[in-house]
Formats: sequence, structure tokens, C-alpha cells
Amino acid sequence: MRELTYLEAVREAMSLEMRKNDDVFLMGEDIGVYGGAFGVTRGMIEEFGPERIRNTPISEAGIAGAAVGSALTGMRPIMELQFSDFITIALDQIVNQAAKLRYMYGGKGKVPMVVRTPSGSGTGAAAQHSQSLEAWVAHIPGLKVVQPSTAYDVKGLLKAAMDDDNPVIFYEHKLLYKTSSEVPEEEYSIPLGKADIKREGTDVTIVASAIMVHKALEAAAELEKEGISVEIVDPRTLVPLDTETIIQSVTKTGRLVVVHEAVKRGGFGGEIASMIAESEAFDYLDAPIKRLGGISAPIPYNPELEKAAVPQVPDIINAVKETLNK
Amino acid sequence: MEQTKSLKLVPEISDEKLKDLYKQMWLIRYFDEQVDQFFAKGMIHGTTHLAVGQEATAVGACALLSDEDKITSTHRGHGHSIAKGGRVDKMMAELFGRTTGYCKGKGGSMHIADLDKGNLGAMGIVGGGIPLAVGSALTAHMKKLEYVTVCFFGDGASNEGSFHEAVNMASIWDLPVVFFCENNQYGMSGNVKEMTNIENIAERAAAYGIPGVVIDGNNIIEVINATYEATERARRGEGPTLIEAKTYRWKGHSKSDAKKYRTREEEKDWRENRDPIKKFKEELIEAGIVTEEEAEKIKQEAKQDLDDAVQFAQDSPMPTLDDLLTDVYA
Ligand SMILES: Cc1ncc(C[n+]2csc(CCOP(=O)(O)OP(=O)(O)O)c2C)c(N)n1
Ligand SMILES: [Mg+2]
Repeated sequence: MRELTYLEAVREAMSLEMRKNDDVFLMGEDIGVYGGAFGVTRGMIEEFGPERIRNTPISEAGIAGAAVGSALTGMRPIMELQFSDFITIALDQIVNQAAKLRYMYGGKGKVPMVVRTPSGSGTGAAAQHSQSLEAWVAHIPGLKVVQPSTAYDVKGLLKAAMDDDNPVIFYEHKLLYKTSSEVPEEEYSIPLGKADIKREGTDVTIVASAIMVHKALEAAAELEKEGISVEIVDPRTLVPLDTETIIQSVTKTGRLVVVHEAVKRGGFGGEIASMIAESEAFDYLDAPIKRLGGISAPIPYNPELEKAAVPQVPDIINAVKETLNK
Repeated sequence: MEQTKSLKLVPEISDEKLKDLYKQMWLIRYFDEQVDQFFAKGMIHGTTHLAVGQEATAVGACALLSDEDKITSTHRGHGHSIAKGGRVDKMMAELFGRTTGYCKGKGGSMHIADLDKGNLGAMGIVGGGIPLAVGSALTAHMKKLEYVTVCFFGDGASNEGSFHEAVNMASIWDLPVVFFCENNQYGMSGNVKEMTNIENIAERAAAYGIPGVVIDGNNIIEVINATYEATERARRGEGPTLIEAKTYRWKGHSKSDAKKYRTREEEKDWRENRDPIKKFKEELIEAGIVTEEEAEKIKQEAKQDLDDAVQFAQDSPMPTLDDLLTDVYA
């Protein structure tokens, strides 16, 4: 099968949908001839024109609100937020409007919009352009939250997000844009709320998200050399969360390591750990649950400090060994 | 002060000071040209936004500010830092991620701050510094301090809600702040003509009941005069002014930019016909303040300062992992 990069998969998913459905359009800063800050929309304005690849002023609150309003009245907007850190400016519209309307109006109306946004550190862009804030939106009833880790998942999950009649926050990881995997040419949908086992194993379960899936895979390959068999579960969507797959895996292995790039304190890993603690898998645990996440500090600029601020492969290896008392 | 008259300066400025301003402009240009090269060679990581071609706005606006006066800066902030008395060695060290840098290597190109010199820092969030400048002016107002705050921001930033909220607040409270818009025609790829429906951003001042002034941002004399009038007004307690300085960034928006949104002809025109440094030099010579040779010497001094700064940066230590959690309080 042909390979596509993660970035190309985002573009292809949107383009396929836009060719079929005139209601789908894209709004964002520099998404026109510039092609978006990371190049995701390159070539799209040439195909779809400036009406549907709608270059906006630098006005995140306005863009988000226009997405909510147009979604409520029959369009299916995709909004590109240039860096996920800027969601701070758009959050009123996303949290107080988009997430609330359908329920607050007693089931009337729908808000089919997708907020696509790159997150994560590792580019040397420092404290205001490197955060992983997905736990904020995952905390809000009324928002779905997607965090794909591969090009294949990107295409299928974005299709599901665009088909969804409710607001979806779709986190793309900057460092994954250039990674590639096999991606079918035709359209396909990966249901939101379906985790994926990225590697099967028997000794320890690692629940990892976004770029941490890849770091966990590296760690697992190392651990295998020492005879340790690791299972890696990629939840793919935080909301809805596929608790069943995670519970099953932990029931099988009896050990759980949760790893994400976002700051550990208040991070989504805490939700996964406590979900397991409340579940039938608790009785199967042979060791305390380990959580790995970013340090409680802003992301520093210096590259060595930046790396040390978020979990790396050796940290994952050590955490797995700790759960095995090794 | 005979010479300065022929320069059409409103405030009085000594010849020495004028020469220093000229040097500052070269320092900015050399600094950003050097940074550009370091990025191309992969010697600096992250991202950077260069102010080559915009030297007159930063230097002119800060020309008469004291260390007590404040500025807020932007992602394109190297020039602001230099103009507000920042040290190029500590700036370069910051870009190299060293402990001797302005932010101990934790901030990088986008976040240079020097509170002692009144630089409240470069904000990477577009529009993020504008309300903050209002807060700084509020302190001056409430504590009855003499200082003014000059708030730098771009044409693109004037489309953020933060701009409108901040200017209105400063206006109703008559705060001592100068909103200084560096209109370099583009916010990333967004042409100001397409992103606003007005001829001049300064027209927005009318909506908030404050003066709005349009100036040639590549003419440092105009920048000095307009900022002087605005800061004097602010110091008298008469409230804020919105200055719009028309200028142009010669380089791309950041390190990767194919510049498809503008033409090479347009760039050439600004470079060749509206170079702010060249213009200032010609005026200084015409006014008899420097000779061609003296101007060249000043330029070489700036070059030397920059070379020393690079050496300082390269000789400085990297932070260690022990530094990761310093200054963390919550
Ligand atoms: C809130 C926010 N939105 C978007 C960006 C990305 N961004 C950085 S600089 C920039 C353009 C800013 O334009 P302008 O204010 O005109 O300043 P200039 O770059 O021209 O100096 C953009 C869109 C950002 N850093 N912050
Ligand atoms: Mg601009």
C-alpha cells in the first residue's frame, strides 16, 4: 500500500470530504497561499478557492465563534488554530458556546465543527508555543477530543470528526507531521472512542497518546531484548474514551504505565489511572500504576532542557521496570 | 542645536545621541542578519522573527525613553530590546540557549525581557502584550509615577480582541501608554489590505476617542517626533495615543517562509528606495552631524559589538538539568 505522511493524511482527509460536501470549509490564519504554519493546507486554496479555504485575520476568538455560529446554522466548519496554545483565546467560544448549545437548548440545534490544531514540544519554540493542553478540553462535557498518533489514524479519525454532529477538538502533533505510514487511498472512518493496540504484549500495559505512542514503541523494543513483553494501547480519542480496551489489557498484564507529553499534574493520565482503579481491573493489578508526564514547569527553550521537560524513552523503560520491580 | 533643526526634530537631541541612534540601527540590522545566518546553518534552533528593514521604528520610538519608561515587545522583538538599551551579548547568548542569556536560555528569540531597563518582555502570543502594557500604565497612574509605557505590536495584532479591549480601557482611564503599531504590511501572510477594511490602522483610534497618527516608520525623525508628542501627552495625564508607523520587513515572516503572498518587486522597492538606515545616514550627513567616514566608523563599531556578542554567546555555559526547575513556584 502507498505511504502518506501524517501531514498529508490530514490534508487528504479534508480534501476528500470537501470534494463531496459543499458545507465543509476551512477557516484559519495563513491557510491560503502560505499553506498554513506547518504546510498542512498547501495546495488547498488552489483547488477549493478562497471562499472555502478562508484566510482569517489574527482573531482566534472571532474565528472560533464564526465556526460555532456557522455550524449551528448549517455549515460544517473546520477551524485551523495555528498553535494549540492559542486555544486560550478561542476557549470562550469553544467551551461556553460550542460545548453547551445542544444540551443547554434542550436538545435543539447541533454544532458540527472541528478544531484542528498542532500541539506539543520539541521544536524549540519555548513556553508559549509548545504546550499540550488536551486535558483542559477533555474536562468539558460537550467536546470530543482526538489525538492521533499515525497517518493511518489521522485520516480515519478526521473523517469521523468531520462526520460528527458535535464539536471535536483534533490535536495534531507537530513532531509527527513528517512521520508516515500506510494509508488507503479511499475514504474510511475510525469511530471516535475506539482505542488501538499498537503492540501486543503480556507483562505490562502502556497507555500512551500521540507522540508518546512512538516513544513507548521504542521502549518496548528495548525491553523485549530483556525479555519484557509490553502491550501498548493508544486510546486515540480521550473523549469518548475506550475504557473497555484499556481495562481488558490491564486485566491481562496486571501492570499499567500511563504516559503522555502533557504536564503530569492534572493531566489526562490521572483520569486513566483512576478509571482503572475504579474498574474490575484493579483486582488484577500486581503493582502500583505508574504515570509519566511533563514536569510542572513551562517548556524551556534550551533544547536539552526542553527534552528533559517531557518523558523520553529511558523514562518509559524505567517506569516499566519499576512496575516489574526490576 | 543648530544641526538638529535641519533634521526637523521636534525634541532637542544632541549630536552624540543621534550618532548613537544611528549605531543602534546598525546593531539591529547586524544582529538580525547574523541570527538569520545562524539559523540557516542550524546553529540556533527554534524559530525567529527578524526586524531587518524595521530599524527606525524601534530605535525612534525608544530614542527618548529613560530606563524607568517601559516597553512591551513582540515575537519580532530583537530590535525593541536593543533600542531599549538591551545588551546584544546577553541577547545572543539567549538565542544560543546559554545561562548568560537574558532568560537563562529558557526563553529564546521570542521572549527577551530586561525588566531593569524597562523592557517588560517579548510576547509570543500575538496581541498578548497590549493589555499588559495597559496594566503597566495603570501602575504608573495609580502610584503617580512619571514613566510612560510604549506598547509595540503589529498590524496583524490589531485584529485581536485584546487590542480593542486594551485601547478602550486605556482611553477611559487616560492612562500613560503609547500604542505603537509597526505596520509592516503583513501579519505572516495576511496582507493588511485584505485583513482590514480601512486605509490606516490609526483610524481605529477614533473608535476609542484617542488621537491616531500615521507616520512613515522608515523615517526615524518622524518616529521620534510622533513618539515624543505621544509620550508628552501621556506624561501630562491626557491619555493614550495610537501611532501607526508604516514599514516593511525585508525577510520572511519566520525562518521558513516562501513569501508567496508578496512579490519580489515589492520587496526590492522597499529595500532599495526606503531603507531606513540609509535615509537616516543621508540626513545626518546633510545636517553636518557626521561625515561619510564617521558614519562608516560607527557602522564598523556596531559590527564589532556584534562580533563580540557572538563570541560571548559561544563562550558561555549551557544550562544543566539542575536548572530545569529553578524559578518554578507552582
Ligand atoms: C494569538 C496568536 N495567533 C497567531 C500567532 C502566530 N503568529 C505569530 S506572528 C504572526 C503574525 C503577526 O503579525 P503582526 O502582528 O503584523 O506582526 P509582524 O509579524 O508583522 O511583526 C502570527 C499569525 C501567534 N503567535 N499568536
Ligand atoms: Mg505585520
